[in-house]
Amino acid sequence: MNIFKLVFLELMHRKSQLISGLVAIVLGIAVIVGIKTVTIHSEIAVAKKLDNLGANILVLPQGANIDDYYTADIDAPTIPMEYVERILTSSLQGVDNLSPKLTRRIEINGKKVVLTGIMPASEIASKPIWQTNGLQGNELKASCSPTKTENQDNGYKDEKLQRKVIDTLDINDCLVGSQIAITLSLKENDKITIEGKEFNVDKVLPETGTIDDDRIFAHLTAVQELLKLEGQISAIEIMGCCNAISDGLLNDLRNILPDTRITTISQIVATQIETNGMMNRLSFVFLIIIIFVGGISIGNYIWANVNERRKEIGTLRLIGAPKSYIYRILLLKAIVLGVFGGICGYILGTIAAVYLGPQVAQIEVFPITIYFWYSLIIAVVISIIGSLIPAYLAGKIEPYSNMQEV
Amino acid sequence: MSLLVIENLSKIYKSKKKTIHALDNISLEVEKGDFVTITGPSGSGKTTLLLTLAGMIKPSSGKISFNDFHIEKASDRRLAGYRKKNVGFVMQSFALIPYLTALQNVMVPLSLVNSRSSIQKSKAKKVLEMVGLEDRIYHLPKELSAGQQQRVAIARALINNPSVIFADEPTGNLDPALSGEILKTFKEINSNQKITILMVTHSPQAAEYGNKNIRLCDGKLI
Ligand SMILES: Nc1ncnc2c1ncn2[C@@H]1O[C@H](COP(=O)(O)OP(=O)(O)OP(=O)(O)O)[C@@H](O)[C@H]1O
Ligand SMILES: [Mg+2]
Repeated sequence: MNIFKLVFLELMHRKSQLISGLVAIVLGIAVIVGIKTVTIHSEIAVAKKLDNLGANILVLPQGANIDDYYTADIDAPTIPMEYVERILTSSLQGVDNLSPKLTRRIEINGKKVVLTGIMPASEIASKPIWQTNGLQGNELKASCSPTKTENQDNGYKDEKLQRKVIDTLDINDCLVGSQIAITLSLKENDKITIEGKEFNVDKVLPETGTIDDDRIFAHLTAVQELLKLEGQISAIEIMGCCNAISDGLLNDLRNILPDTRITTISQIVATQIETNGMMNRLSFVFLIIIIFVGGISIGNYIWANVNERRKEIGTLRLIGAPKSYIYRILLLKAIVLGVFGGICGYILGTIAAVYLGPQVAQIEVFPITIYFWYSLIIAVVISIIGSLIPAYLAGKIEPYSNMQEV
Repeated sequence: MSLLVIENLSKIYKSKKKTIHALDNISLEVEKGDFVTITGPSGSGKTTLLLTLAGMIKPSSGKISFNDFHIEKASDRRLAGYRKKNVGFVMQSFALIPYLTALQNVMVPLSLVNSRSSIQKSKAKKVLEMVGLEDRIYHLPKELSAGQQQRVAIARALINNPSVIFADEPTGNLDPALSGEILKTFKEINSNQKITILMVTHSPQAAEYGNKNIRLCDGKLI
């Protein structure tokens, strides 16, 4: 027999009470872990989105939802191809790569696929107007030095954007996202029939962790034909020189293309970043709440337990346990509650995040192990604080109550 | 020298309306090896006297010394130590810990003096055997009869080899046959192990087991 065994046996003796004492702290920890886990993954998703977009300015149809750009709904609005020419013919400074895209969600063999038509960089560059304006990358790079703070402000690195540029793409070729390649079991040089037309798989793209993994890229002209949307595109992605953006490139573009929505990616992700910020604040508020509610509920539980155990505490004092022993019994019990509450809260919160994350925030969510330790520490600290007063009062129980209460 | 020396001991309970003299100027000496029986009407202060001697109730005035240890002015820690090492308690209501088996209940006082688990177990088994409970050691209190529970309580009181056992109506909840057995056990403990016993009882027969009898009335010794 020792104090640990005594505490353990008592806990086992009154299991059902244990559960009610733990509810508040378990739920509290679960909510915080859930919110934080989803938020962290949402932040990672934002970063990945930025990383993989390949452009920092988006030209979208007026009234198009930003989400349309990602989800590519069947009836999402479009803009005419001619807008590309307009940008090219204008003598705007600071437009580097520019890529018109047409995106639609389609089905291949019953599997959902995002089909995106792209114009290979070589074809745009080969347009006479592009060349006469002399807007070649090198000159732009000189003015877009990454050391300039403006570049950092928008959060992208030129090299990363560069690698996204697809130089050549044959009219009968397509590029396949890594996830789609798995679901449709495709590899390089396979044949695939999209909307009745046969394409050759030129390449399987490396995994990016974004919606691009579910995409098939094909030549813009071919996609327009397939979807019967000749001369229409869903968006123009532009890689603008960052200094140019701060010098008013967006406004210049708006002047040329009045009936479009022109936005930078930092604006797009701003809402998501804002939501994440709100979630972080929310979980902080929850933390404060569970410190109070969880602490009080544990304290209340311990106090009820002390009252129920008056006789037993009296007995222990009678056979020679000092007050400190009673304190230790109750604090040990509080620690066990805290550990148990922290573990249960973490598991519950993580399960909720993993299952709800994809539905609520459209992102994949994985357990975050460091939160296990945070949950444990927070729950234990709350339990100890909550049980200090009841433990102190228990030390004051006069043992003679033992004899008069038969 | 006497084991317990009690001088002018008083305990006064004050409430709004009246003051109760639970113990009123009691002086008494108990020698080592005595078997003192305490009788008196209900409310006369018998329990209060035992608890005060055990250091569980602070007296209002007077002195109590156990050998050279002054109980009335000792700290909580010292008093806990005194009870743990020198005192065994047996109560009318048994006061066993409900979620511990007979064996575990008897082991608790040893765990308070930090003895090793294996030693705790062998000692506890031996004492339980002595009170005739060797075949019930893994039973919880609720699985034991009243007489068996009281014997577990006696085993627990004996486990630390106390100098003195305070027993508050140990046979109050038992039928006459069982009472006789328990009283015999006390008598054996007293004569074989030279453990001093102070036993409160209502029954005149039980009172005859002692070599000294004191009687309380309204907190006074008569
Ligand atoms: N905590 C207390 N507060 C106020 N009065 C008390 C308290 N404890 C005991 N008393 C009073 O002190 C007196 C002595 O009580 P005590 O329990 O010692 O009597 P007793 O002789 O053991 O009685 P019984 O034979 O019924 O057990 C009683 O009048 C009782 O009401
Ligand atoms: Mg009494």
